[in-house]
Amino acid sequence: MAAVAQLSATGLVKDFGGLRAVDVSAFTLNEGEIRAVIGPNGAGKTTFVSLLCGRFPPSAGRIEFEERDITAMPAHERVALGIAYTFQITSIFGNLSLYDNVALPAQRRVMLDGGGAVRERAMGALERVGLADRAQEIAGAQSYGHQRLLEVAMGLALGPKVLILDEPTQGLADSEIDEFIALIQDVARETTILLIEHNMPVVMALAEQITVLDQGRVLAEGTPEAIRADAAVQAAYLGG
Amino acid sequence: MIKSILLHGAVIALLIVLEPVLSEYHHGNLARILVLATYAVGYNILFGYTGLLSLGHAMFFAAGMYGCALMVRLAEWSVGPAFLFGVVCALVAGLVVGMLALRTIGVGFMIVTLMFAEAAHLTIAYYNEYTRGDEGFTIPQAVRTVAGLDLSDTTTRYFAALVLFSVCLIGSAALVQSRAGRVLVAIRENEDRVRMLGFNPFRYKLLALVLSAVMAGAAGAAYAVLFGYAGSTFASVQYSIFPLLWVLLGGPGTTLGPLLGTVLMFYLVDYASGTVMPGLAAFVEGSFGIEAPGLASAYLLLVGIALVLLVLFAPRGVLGVVRARVMPWLP
Repeated sequence: MAAVAQLSATGLVKDFGGLRAVDVSAFTLNEGEIRAVIGPNGAGKTTFVSLLCGRFPPSAGRIEFEERDITAMPAHERVALGIAYTFQITSIFGNLSLYDNVALPAQRRVMLDGGGAVRERAMGALERVGLADRAQEIAGAQSYGHQRLLEVAMGLALGPKVLILDEPTQGLADSEIDEFIALIQDVARETTILLIEHNMPVVMALAEQITVLDQGRVLAEGTPEAIRADAAVQAAYLGG
Repeated sequence: MIKSILLHGAVIALLIVLEPVLSEYHHGNLARILVLATYAVGYNILFGYTGLLSLGHAMFFAAGMYGCALMVRLAEWSVGPAFLFGVVCALVAGLVVGMLALRTIGVGFMIVTLMFAEAAHLTIAYYNEYTRGDEGFTIPQAVRTVAGLDLSDTTTRYFAALVLFSVCLIGSAALVQSRAGRVLVAIRENEDRVRMLGFNPFRYKLLALVLSAVMAGAAGAAYAVLFGYAGSTFASVQYSIFPLLWVLLGGPGTTLGPLLGTVLMFYLVDYASGTVMPGLAAFVEGSFGIEAPGLASAYLLLVGIALVLLVLFAPRGVLGVVRARVMPWLP
């Protein structure tokens, strides 16, 4: 099966004052793949995916989603098209119940589809991450690991075509990480995954393709095996 | 949901039952409180549920009040259509101010709404010839009738105020328990996250502001019709602060908080100005021989102290505390 480009960026630049945080000449995410973006701290990973999902506008460049120019499109419209983003810093609604947290994206999906059951969709998303029995509990009172899973469930309830996960395993216990890997493999059967991740075992277990960012630029791109063998990557990131 | 319907029904039923029982004094007070509480219910949609603190809501109250009263006074409209015109004025004001002010957030939003309201206040004062400025003007008793009902009659007035309040209360309860209401609360909690869930926060904030302005305007128009008076004091910054205080006291983000807060504050001011402060002035004069003529009327001092204590020790308001401790289902 030939790879179909789903989300791509050309000449994408983001400057913060005098600092060029992102400078990616070409990036293509193919439909159905699991892509990991790795790189040292401050490499511009979060800034890069934030440009893709529209949290802020690029200084220059062009972004396309399913052959459509979305460079100037506001974030909420990109979400409606099917690009979902889950936050690096857990960004749930702490004072609301778990159910209300996932009911919001579920309700948005139902509005976009022009019909459907919010409750079923919301509960389905909670079930997938194993939080259904806690639906009525307050989100802010949950453990950090559960809050991260809720964050993912909110992304799933949107029924996205591309799910962008920003360091989803940060702060999870080892046992939780194994479950998380299984969850993402399950989700990936219907959704393209773009994953920013520091935890190399997670990256190696999940990613089909890896993009390495360093100082805002793409340092290397390829399969996990190729990246592991790449001398430049080893020098910059894997510690030689 | 059933609990919520029963609770709101019980409160409205209580207000109906109270009508024949109340003394003339409290009867008149409660009619006024119901109109002002309607204003607070509107304010609460924006402040309590959506998390936007406006310091300019007096302009919406005044838009309703003057939209209605001026049509009666200058165009000799009957009060029914004039009331509706007042509500439309508030709606338009809410839309226009919302489109501009909602480009700002936080303190910026507070300042922009404050400035718009000051401009509205000064405009009313400037067109003194029509509005009679500070002094205001009365609406003659003879024209304050709708469908053959004399709105200056105390019982009719009470029930008219109660109908208005009930409609707005039920409307706000239905809104905050609806899907749109869930988005408003989510915007209060974390606007950026709401955007990244695919909602356009601006549209929802504008909806909240316009509904809030419409209720404020309906309260202003009803005040003019029921109490027969319009004056520019109602457009002053004081009347922008009042609903904030009422809602803070009763419980921001609770449907019944605005009513409770308005009742409590009304009687606190009443008690402070009628009993506590004159008593304090007499005590100071009697014990220390110091004449303090200003003290007897300094009731706002007591109100101020009450509010400082409130914000320090119960920032969630009375019903906010009740919800946190005993009734988590409280809408």
